[in-house]
Amino acid sequence: MRPSRPARAGQYLALLAYLVFLAFPFLWLISTAFKPPRELASLHPTWIPKDPTLANFRQAFDEQPLLRAAANSVLVAVCAALIAVVIATPMAYVMARHRSALSRAATGWVVVSQAFPFVLLIIPLFLILKNLHLINSLPGLTMVYVVWSLPFALWMLVGYVRAVPPELEEAAAVDGAGKLRTLVSVTAPLLAPGLVATALFAFITAWNEFFFALVLMKTPERQTLPVVLTHFLGAEGVADLGPLAAAAFLATLPSLVIFALIQRRLTGGMLTGAVKS
Amino acid sequence: MTLTTATTRPVERASGPPGRGRPADRGAWFLVLPALIPILVLSVGPLLYGIALAFTDSQAGRTEPTQWVGALNFQDLLHDTLFWDSFRIGLLWAVGVTVPQFLLALGLALLLNQNLRFRWLARALAIIPWAMPEVVVGIMWRLVYNPDAGILNETVRDLGLGDGRDWLTGLATALPAVIVVGIWAGMPQTTVALLAGLQNTSPELHEAAALDGAGAWGRFRAVTWPALRPVALAITALNFIWNFNSFALVYVLTNGGPGGRTRLPMLFAYEEAFRYGQFGYAAAMGCVMVAVISVILAFYLVGRLKGGDES
Repeated sequence: MRPSRPARAGQYLALLAYLVFLAFPFLWLISTAFKPPRELASLHPTWIPKDPTLANFRQAFDEQPLLRAAANSVLVAVCAALIAVVIATPMAYVMARHRSALSRAATGWVVVSQAFPFVLLIIPLFLILKNLHLINSLPGLTMVYVVWSLPFALWMLVGYVRAVPPELEEAAAVDGAGKLRTLVSVTAPLLAPGLVATALFAFITAWNEFFFALVLMKTPERQTLPVVLTHFLGAEGVADLGPLAAAAFLATLPSLVIFALIQRRLTGGMLTGAVKS
Repeated sequence: MTLTTATTRPVERASGPPGRGRPADRGAWFLVLPALIPILVLSVGPLLYGIALAFTDSQAGRTEPTQWVGALNFQDLLHDTLFWDSFRIGLLWAVGVTVPQFLLALGLALLLNQNLRFRWLARALAIIPWAMPEVVVGIMWRLVYNPDAGILNETVRDLGLGDGRDWLTGLATALPAVIVVGIWAGMPQTTVALLAGLQNTSPELHEAAALDGAGAWGRFRAVTWPALRPVALAITALNFIWNFNSFALVYVLTNGGPGGRTRLPMLFAYEEAFRYGQFGYAAAMGCVMVAVISVILAFYLVGRLKGGDES
């Protein structure tokens, strides 16, 4: 069925409106990041900087320990992602292959954990980590992020495991391979793309996270990038717009690049998760 | 410990008969432990601990031991008008974001399900709000809403609609302004989920309905909606819960201001716990939030069961 001409025109108009709504704040962020102070102070802001400059970026690095914060973020996010995937894969495997009370409970937990108000979790976590002297510590934050990214990692991985035909594993079992051998030598290679996608997603989750980091990380040298970004806002909410925009823009780049890479797989994972469960 | 069990068990299993079908669940236990232990220690445990804290007078930096106070925190909460204000604002915000977002995303998903030329561009751009750290989303929109240097007021001025205003600090405009940001930030996820649901509907059914003389609305009601319903229900329930629990976006945009007009329950509980050190009291707030969320989850499950009966 082909829609009528005016209907088509209406559809394209709606699409255009959506694209504008989606893109304009981001374009504004980029534009602000490259504007010299004079243009930022102008009462009639322009879309495109007349006199684009990189000064805001330099100033941003001068004002706040951005490099340090980025290094902290990378470290925490990489460790959290790797650990999460390594420990989630066997569990996801069991959840996908066995319908036991355990896997039902795990699936239930995955759903329920999405609904926690984090305040109920963060107060006890804060007290526990304080007793372990893991407040303001990168390993402490990493531990929290591992558990925090597990539900979605499990969710994604279960979908990927289901896509691997069980017959292949049964063949390996007939050949005398044990459960773990089968998992490592047969299933894992077929899962590899899914494992990478899941790890990247867990990385972004940790890279973007703010609430736990805000509560747990006390000193600027240990804080992650999202927390350090809020320091640009100042106490009174008055901000140096140029460096603020520049730093915010830089903080987005890694997740944007990674997301562009895994977006297709992610939608696939969500699809199976949303439809099959 | 886990390591040793993990390496010895499979050897035992391998010596047994390689039976077909599902192996016993007993052998699966060691595969689950590496994830189960952290989950129990750092997620389920703290959650129970948090609920227990709600019944104590736990405070930051106190020297006397913490004591059970029964339901005292909850009694205090009942009379805490500030908390109920924030609760009301939280509900308003969650509905204000979830409902328009769902309607917009539904329209958009239907649109993107058509064979349009710049569909890919929508997909590519949708990555931006999805991948961005919430803190950056908040900062970005503060730049848009900025009274002097922001693009919104400049547009208002260009259109001759006045001088513009300070959106995020105006008593009347602050909540609507942050709601718009909330809608923007969650649009892609909602749209993609609904689009996935749409791809479940079979074109044959559509054609059959069209042959029976059903119009666009008739086809939507008879074919599209029934197939979309489970996904729509799931994403709406989740969105509502996520929004009700959200923190970072509004923390960066307004930090609860002006005059508490955007103080979501999470911001309130955060301040209570980590600014005033009232751990027990803040935990009680968390419990009340969980209760509300459980009701919503129950609605969702009931709706899902009903949907299951129909199909």
